[in-house]
Formats: sequence, C-alpha cells, structure tokens
Amino acid sequence: MDYLQLMGFGPNGWGYGMLAATGMTVAVALCGYLIGSVLGSLGAAAAFSRFMPLRAIAGFYTTVLRGIPDLLVIYLFYFGSSSVISAVGALFGAEGFVGAPAFLTGAMAIGVVSGAYQMQVFRGAVLALPKGEIEAARAYGMPSFLLFRRIILPQAARFAIPGMGNVWQLVLKESALISVIGLVEIMRQSQIGAGSTRQPFSFYLTAGALYLLITFVSGRGFRLAERRAMRGVRRAA
Amino acid sequence: MVIDFPFLWESFTTLLNGVPLTLQLTALSVVTGAVLAVLLALMRVSNRWWLDLPAQAYIFVFRGTPLLVQIYIIYYGLSQFPELRHSILWPFLRQAYWCAALALALNTAAYSAEIIRGGLLSVPAGQIEAARATGMSGFLLMRRIIFPQALRQMLPGYSNEIILMVKSTALASTVTLMEVTGIAAKLISQSYRPIEVFICAGAIYLAINFIVVRAFAALEYALSPERRPAPASTADQPEKARA
Repeated sequence: MDYLQLMGFGPNGWGYGMLAATGMTVAVALCGYLIGSVLGSLGAAAAFSRFMPLRAIAGFYTTVLRGIPDLLVIYLFYFGSSSVISAVGALFGAEGFVGAPAFLTGAMAIGVVSGAYQMQVFRGAVLALPKGEIEAARAYGMPSFLLFRRIILPQAARFAIPGMGNVWQLVLKESALISVIGLVEIMRQSQIGAGSTRQPFSFYLTAGALYLLITFVSGRGFRLAERRAMRGVRRAA
Repeated sequence: MVIDFPFLWESFTTLLNGVPLTLQLTALSVVTGAVLAVLLALMRVSNRWWLDLPAQAYIFVFRGTPLLVQIYIIYYGLSQFPELRHSILWPFLRQAYWCAALALALNTAAYSAEIIRGGLLSVPAGQIEAARATGMSGFLLMRRIIFPQALRQMLPGYSNEIILMVKSTALASTVTLMEVTGIAAKLISQSYRPIEVFICAGAIYLAINFIVVRAFAALEYALSPERRPAPASTADQPEKARA
C-alpha cells in the first residue's frame, strides 16, 4: 500500500483516524494550557504577595515543576488518580485496578507543568511594567483591584504574549507524552496504525508533519496577536 | 498521610540505579549535539543562503515536533526499510540506547544552534571591526575575539538547555531504557504507590539539575572577571573604610 492510500480517506485509509487524533491533541493541549493559565496567574499573584508563605509556595511550585521531567508528572497524575479511583471502587465492590480517565489526568498534568512556566511568563510581564505607572495610579487613589484591572492587566497581557506563545509550543509537544497513558491523540493513533500496518516510519513521519503544521499555524497566530497588541507601542527605530 | 520511610528509602536506592544511564544519555547527547549545533550556528550566520536555508529548515523541523516523535521515528520507524536493516548501521540502530542518544542529540542540536547563534550575534560589531583593522581575520578572529565572548554570552541559555536535556532523557524510558523515570514507572506499577516514588524520582532530578545550575553559574563567574567589582586594593583605600 503506498503512502497516499495509507493516509488517505478511503476504506483502508487512516486519514479520518489521524484527523480525529489531531483534534484530540489540540483539545487536550488547549485544556491543559487553560488550566496552566489559571495556575500560572495564581502562582504569579502569590509570588507578588506580601505574605511570605505564599511567596515560598509559589517559588517551590515553579522550581520543582520546571525541574522534573513532564513524563514523571504524567505518571504521577495517572497512577495517583487511578489508585484513588481504585480505592473508591473497592469500597463499592469493584476489583483490581481502575484506570483514571486519560483526557482529564493528561490535561491536569499538562496544566500543572505549564502553569509553572506560565507563572514565570506572567511574573516577567508584570515586572516589565514601568513602576511609575503603578505609583501614579496609587497617587490617584485607585484601589488595588481597579489598579490591577486598569493598569497592570492590559499592559502585562501585551508583554506576556511572546512568552505565552513559547509555552503553547511546549504544551503542544508535551501533549505527545499523554499517549503513554492511552489517550488516542496523534502519537497514540500513530502507534496503533504503525502496529497494525507495520509501517511505523510512515505513521510517525505523518505525526511529525501534523505537529509541525499545528505549531506553524499557531505560531503565526501568536505573531499576529503580538502585532495587534503592540500596535499602540512606540518603538525606538 | 503516614509516610512509610522504609519504602521511601528502598525506592530511592532502587531509583539511584538509573542515575548512571540518565547522566550517560545526557552527556552523550549534549556533547554530540553541541558539535552539530556549532556547525548549524555557523551555517546560520554564514550569510550564504544555501548554507543558511538547510540549517533553518533543520531547526524548524526539530523544534516544531515533539521529541517523542523523533525518538519513535528513529527507533521504530527506521526498521520499516529493509535496506537499512541490512546495512552496517543496523547493529547501532537496533539498540534503544543508541536510538535514544541519537534522537536526543539531534534534538538538542537544533535548540543549541539558536543559542549559539544568539551568542555569536551578541559580539559587538565594533570589536570585530577593530580586530579586522588590526589584521585579524577568519579563524584567528573567531578564536580570539568572537568565540570567547559568544561563549560567555550564551552560557545562561545553554545551561537551561542542558536542564531540558536532563529532563528529556526521561523519554528514553518509552523505548524500554531503564533510566530514572523508567525505573520509577516500573516501581509505581508494581507498588501502586505513585506519590512516594514520585517524591524520590523528583528529588533525584532536582538534585542533578541543581548541580548543573551551580556548575554553570561557577563557569560564568570564572569566565567574566571584568564584570566583577574590582578587588579592594589596599593602596587607594582609606584606612577608616577598612576598620
């Protein structure tokens, strides 16, 4: 069977499977990314807190999660939540190992790891604000939430875009690791295809091309967003 | 939660058996990757499109695809070709160890090349012009002026890359290699105690990365004497300041 037939949409083609798997990759990466955004903003807020224990927790979180392999975190989430579910299942008379839902645990694991990176991006973006603006807002008597909404957020969001783009690329590539816990995204689908057709090279090459396509398109998207966000900023020539 | 210290200790000592393989894979891929990266970086800054373009394509492909795909293409994918299976390369490509090392090296080369390029571009044009004015060119200019300064400039970025590589070696466990993460996965699936095993494995990776960070900080310090504050010389210092 030649390559086009193999990856095509005919009766023996894997086209639909690979397409659906691509959708799954994007979905799980997006979910993980959003969870990471929430954790990242909370972490950044904690890092700026006046309360020392909060700062320590945030520092610990970002140091540890950026220092250990993502695969290990995925294993922890998968087996950790599986053992909880199995224990609960045992109470109701179920026997043996009950696997945790792969999508949920995968998105959580990606979220926790990417949150550690996004926290640093947000922190850097806030630190990039001119101090005078915050002092000026305080001098006007803005309460802290209003100050955050009017002064910090709009400008920090602008500075954060390039870093957010980098983290998105990381998340997308990290999502390939979720194949180890059985979620049928691009990697897992390729493994299945490679196993049943004995054409591993064709499948993994296609997988690579699909990732390249997603990273390329989303990279373009981030660049457009950056250009739009920066439209009011004057740059030195 | 009750912490089971004997189990924790047992997992820790079992996991330590994986450390040599993790370090070996890191060292092997970082060293071979660095050689390739220098080559790619020089191609990128060569100002010749037929050198620049292939390097750009290489970097785009290897940075745009997951490392897992690269490992699988090399380990599983290449066996699709009978020609390769009968070639002299097969004794190497048949083994997970060499495939993982090769994939890691090719991957880090793409990232490092951009770090090195950044370092090369950071050397002020005035310095290069001054060197040219005194008659240096080609290799001598590279060795005396550009390279020493580029090296120091790229150290922080490069230490990040090495930390990423230490973490990336975990993917070698997906092709049956028993390094720290591979052993951890095995321990977890045997004992169903993910948290304890995770703590031990995490501590090992953090310790390795801590050493890498410290080593690079020390190297950076050693290579940038002119950025340090001048040593307090006794000659021009007033007496009372020392008291």
